[in-house]
Amino acid sequence: MINASLKELGAALAQKRISSVELTTLFLDRIEKLNPALNAFVSVGRDQALRQAAAADRKVGAGGTAPLLGIPLAHKDIFCTAGRPTTCGSKMLANFVSPYDAHVVERLDAAGMVLLGKCNMDEFAMGSSNETSFFGPVKNPWNPACVPGGSSGGSAAAVAARLAPAATGTDTGGSIRQPAALCGLTGLKPTYGVVSRYGMIAFASSLDQGGPMAKSAEDCALLLNAMAGFDARDSTSLERPAEDYCGDLDKPLAGLRIGLPKEFFGAGMDAGVRAAVEAAIAEYRKLGATTVEVSLPNSGLSVPAYYVIAPAEASSNLSRFDGVRYGHRAAEYGDLNDMYEKSRAEGFGAEVKRRILIGAYVLSHGYYDAYYLKAQKIRRLIAADFREAFKACDVVMGPTAPSVAFAFGAKSADPVQMYLSDIYTIAVNLAGLPGLSIPCGFDKELPVGLQIVGPWFGEARMLNVAHRYQQATDWHVRMPEEMK
Amino acid sequence: MSLSLDDVSRIARLARIEISPAETEQTRDQLNHILAFVEQLQAVDTTGIEPMAHAVDVVQRLRPDAVTEADRRDAFQAIAPETEAGLYLVPRVVE
Repeated sequence: MINASLKELGAALAQKRISSVELTTLFLDRIEKLNPALNAFVSVGRDQALRQAAAADRKVGAGGTAPLLGIPLAHKDIFCTAGRPTTCGSKMLANFVSPYDAHVVERLDAAGMVLLGKCNMDEFAMGSSNETSFFGPVKNPWNPACVPGGSSGGSAAAVAARLAPAATGTDTGGSIRQPAALCGLTGLKPTYGVVSRYGMIAFASSLDQGGPMAKSAEDCALLLNAMAGFDARDSTSLERPAEDYCGDLDKPLAGLRIGLPKEFFGAGMDAGVRAAVEAAIAEYRKLGATTVEVSLPNSGLSVPAYYVIAPAEASSNLSRFDGVRYGHRAAEYGDLNDMYEKSRAEGFGAEVKRRILIGAYVLSHGYYDAYYLKAQKIRRLIAADFREAFKACDVVMGPTAPSVAFAFGAKSADPVQMYLSDIYTIAVNLAGLPGLSIPCGFDKELPVGLQIVGPWFGEARMLNVAHRYQQATDWHVRMPEEMK
Repeated sequence: MSLSLDDVSRIARLARIEISPAETEQTRDQLNHILAFVEQLQAVDTTGIEPMAHAVDVVQRLRPDAVTEADRRDAFQAIAPETEAGLYLVPRVVE
């Protein structure tokens, strides 16, 4: 049951082969047993989950059907949940209980899903290894000496260890795709604007996007069906007709044109990652796809451009944490400014402070044009590269991350080295494109991720491309031996 | 461009984050390391390129100027560090 797909779980629940209470209990018990070593969950709501499960069972009993009804899931602790803690991985919000639900939480709740608990993450989603969380690092279920990736590392570890059938994540520069790759999952960052950001604690608003993390493309498609949709409370939510992301999953891949950016296959990628990615591309050729070399000449500028734009937006967004309306307030302070400065100094961790300071600097008088405007111009060049590439191909493929999961401490001393772990994912956020990571093999006994990037609103096609591969291969069904 | 200790103190004040004198030097070095990394952007010719502020070009939606929120003062203030009579309390700013 712990390895069942969402479709299989939905069928088992609908046919009353298992109740939602039984299924929820199974996962809650696994969390109780395995989470102390993994630290994937920050909070677990057993009673609330069992109440939701019982409600789902009553709906099934009354003849109710819905694809996700009664299936448990976990939310990244960046999504506000009414009446439950929402910490964002920070001391600043360690005792925060949201007065409202995020749009994504409302949606999945309305779909009948059962919330097991909230997943650990890098503080305010700033990190690529989960080492910046106030609640301690998450262990990679494949090797506890290694990081799970970040920032949605708790979500990734929870699903990889089968502590939850699926989870939500958010992706500002790779925070869904990179941990999905490092933990052997399928993770989708939708086109910017497809999933509402309402109630999703903001990091860099022009880049942040929520999405599903699960065991397969089919599971992600089912989840995206429930998560996507217009929401007037998010000013950049897009008004588009609803799509069925499951509709095209089985379409044959004959004629698919795969673009391989030469910049994604240069030096900097580990040999084992390269071998797995190239084997996956060979498999796609067998499935009827053709490949064409494309170029993203400005993609090398994406990490530096991102580390101007994202901190600038973060410094503005995180100004709301001032110890006045919610969140941490220092115990002792003098005047109002002193209260702000001490509350923020105590409430934020080192990486969050670094990014706020960088952001404040690049937005400050005299530097705005040289840094912020310059980075925004380069952002347009990066987006234009993709537009050009998609004239020659339907999807772009390459590695999700340059290496498999690395050891704790390997990159935490040098922020720039850590930033470079998102070298293949960040350009996708800057352009606002959808990006997907699927497992495609192993290196050093750790999972390797294949990244699939589509044109704007190309999610259905990308999920189809991933699903056909997962029908032909079995990388996505592997699970860590220790977690069985 | 390289930040001095005074620059770091000024930025920290702008960001309303207290940095102890002991942390200032390390913070300066870390920020300079990051700024040196982003410096490569300066070499790119961006003449005539419009800045891209957002991923998707959409026009800001407008709505009628009417109250759409319910009054939830009690729920919102229940999570505040300090309130009194429906107001948020902060140190005195006007003597």
